[in-house]
Amino acid sequence: MIPRQLMIAVAVMLAIAIGMSVYVWRTRGRVAPTEPAAYTHPVAPPVEGPTEEVTLYVAHDDSGVLRAQAARIPLPSGRQERAEELLRALLRLYLGPSSSHPLPAVAEVHDVYLVDPGLAVIDVNSAFADGHRSGVLVEELTIASLARTLSANIPGINRIRILVDGKSRDTLAGHADISGFYDVSAVDQLASELQ
Amino acid sequence: MRWTKPVSGVGSGQNRLVTVAVILVAAMIPVLLSVGAGDQKRIAIYSGSANYTLNVQDRDGKEYVDLLEILQPLGATSIRSDRSSWRLHFGNAESEFIPEKARARIRGSDFDLPGRFKLDNGRGLVPLASLSTLLPQFLGAPVAFRESSRRLFIGNVSVHFIAQVNRANPPSLVMEFSSPVNPMIATEPGKLRMVFTHEPLVPPGSQTLTFDSKIIPSASYAESNGAAEIAVNSTAPLLASFSNDGRTITIAPAPQRQPQTSLPAPEQQPASATAIPPPQAGTSPSATNAGPPATYFAVVDASHGGDERGAALSDELAEKDVTLAFARRLKQELESLGLSTQLIREADISLSMEQRAILTNAAHPTVYICLHATSEGNGVRLYTAMLPAAGESRGPFLDWDTAQSASRTTSQVVETSLATEFEKRLVTVRSLIAPLRPLNSITTAGIAIEIAPPTSGVAELNAPQYQQLISESVTTGLLAVREKLGAVR
Repeated sequence: MIPRQLMIAVAVMLAIAIGMSVYVWRTRGRVAPTEPAAYTHPVAPPVEGPTEEVTLYVAHDDSGVLRAQAARIPLPSGRQERAEELLRALLRLYLGPSSSHPLPAVAEVHDVYLVDPGLAVIDVNSAFADGHRSGVLVEELTIASLARTLSANIPGINRIRILVDGKSRDTLAGHADISGFYDVSAVDQLASELQ
Repeated sequence: MRWTKPVSGVGSGQNRLVTVAVILVAAMIPVLLSVGAGDQKRIAIYSGSANYTLNVQDRDGKEYVDLLEILQPLGATSIRSDRSSWRLHFGNAESEFIPEKARARIRGSDFDLPGRFKLDNGRGLVPLASLSTLLPQFLGAPVAFRESSRRLFIGNVSVHFIAQVNRANPPSLVMEFSSPVNPMIATEPGKLRMVFTHEPLVPPGSQTLTFDSKIIPSASYAESNGAAEIAVNSTAPLLASFSNDGRTITIAPAPQRQPQTSLPAPEQQPASATAIPPPQAGTSPSATNAGPPATYFAVVDASHGGDERGAALSDELAEKDVTLAFARRLKQELESLGLSTQLIREADISLSMEQRAILTNAAHPTVYICLHATSEGNGVRLYTAMLPAAGESRGPFLDWDTAQSASRTTSQVVETSLATEFEKRLVTVRSLIAPLRPLNSITTAGIAIEIAPPTSGVAELNAPQYQQLISESVTTGLLAVREKLGAVR
């Protein structure tokens, strides 16, 4: 025998559930669905504020080298935000019409995380890796460019990791290994060999 | 309280059902994987110039094989193909095959195939059953084809063996081979299996060998799917060791305990050290050898393969095909100078980086050469490993990610020598480090070569003259440092 008060409680809860369902059904069409706009370009840097001189290490496919290039860009004060702006400034060079090292048009640096002690994690979008040209030299030029630019301008970085959409990958585009950590000393050696 | 009982009963029943289903699915996964892996049909081809295996494909209920892949390692080949015909030139033999027709024309004479010729993305497939009569038309040499085990012998190639148990305590089985061998070895309770893929091993007089020993009572010989297998039965765990330049395999009971003092110091044993791969399903080495097996001078690794095509060098040219063609030519070049060479892959198959490193380290070569190709730039680029900070190595077991550390100097010696030879031949060359697997995990001198086209264009990557130029440069460079690398043969 089921207690009477229990049956009443179940009936009340059932009525409330049905009432809420009807309410939700009727209000459903009143709010227009808002989908995020298609995102096709890197975020523009802040146009206001003081600019600072930085050194970008830019890959050049024609000669297969990495060249240091001075640039003045507006940089925020936070260390992590500075790292992100640096790489986005570098990416703008690669996405421009006269790029020396073309990257996929929708390539983007999502975030840069600076994790103590001395670890920088660069998170790029999947289009960055999926659309990247495949080859040992062309892939390592990209990696050396990102890593060297970061380590040269943000003091205290000892190791660098590259993630794609927040996840680990074996290679950037079939060749250069990005499954582990790069020691900055090894990146510096690679960058000097590429100059 | 009463209404809760049936609900609870149903819930636990469902939970049991879900648990059983999960267990069944989990149990099926390795079975399905193993079935998938074992399904790949292969043919082994043995000749005086090259031993290799190729994939076999099923078409219209018959087994087919790529004719170009068979002939390429045996000599200069070229093809011209359109929708109506497929022409193959091998040595001085001209041939023409018509898609979906069972008649071909070879050296001006008609030839009947036991099935229709198939054209698949430019590849000419012939029925497996035609090989014993078709290949002599091209090669001018006798061909013996064991169709049931898919093993094809060209000319008088064979490796014989004898086996006997000595009466030492504990007894050991000594197997003497007529040529050096390098089988894959796996152990399981009561058995040690040796699988010979690259050796033209022929069966002894009897398929089952019996010995007057309680510990090693018998061994059996079997052939299937392009390989020969010797299984040694035993009542104790066994270990295999190699000697006499790979011509002798001694199988003896494994010692029960390894005395602590006998562990070699890592710096004393770099050549025979074992790199431990990270835990990963299906990639752990399956053999434990008491000593290094027959060593090759070089292991040549044609990068990519199978589903992994590598870079698209042009609309028609995939990196995986170019690296394989270079690898075959390099092997021919090295072996013509008496430098024994093993190819990591000899057909269009997919191998993981861990598998490539395991196969290389198991072969104990003097030098490891990994081949890549690119359409960007020109000339060649030589790469040595870009190593992370040294990991933790224990005794003879090296850290998987930094196993190359001990060989870094010899790798640079090889790189310098090759760069010199390329420069002598006016080939543009650059030497760099690169984060490139599996170089990090190779326990011997190892470099990667990225071959870009000559200035005349990407199509030249497939040109025999260019491949010959690159192969000659590499071979001469390796010869120049052979003594420094301590190569014994």
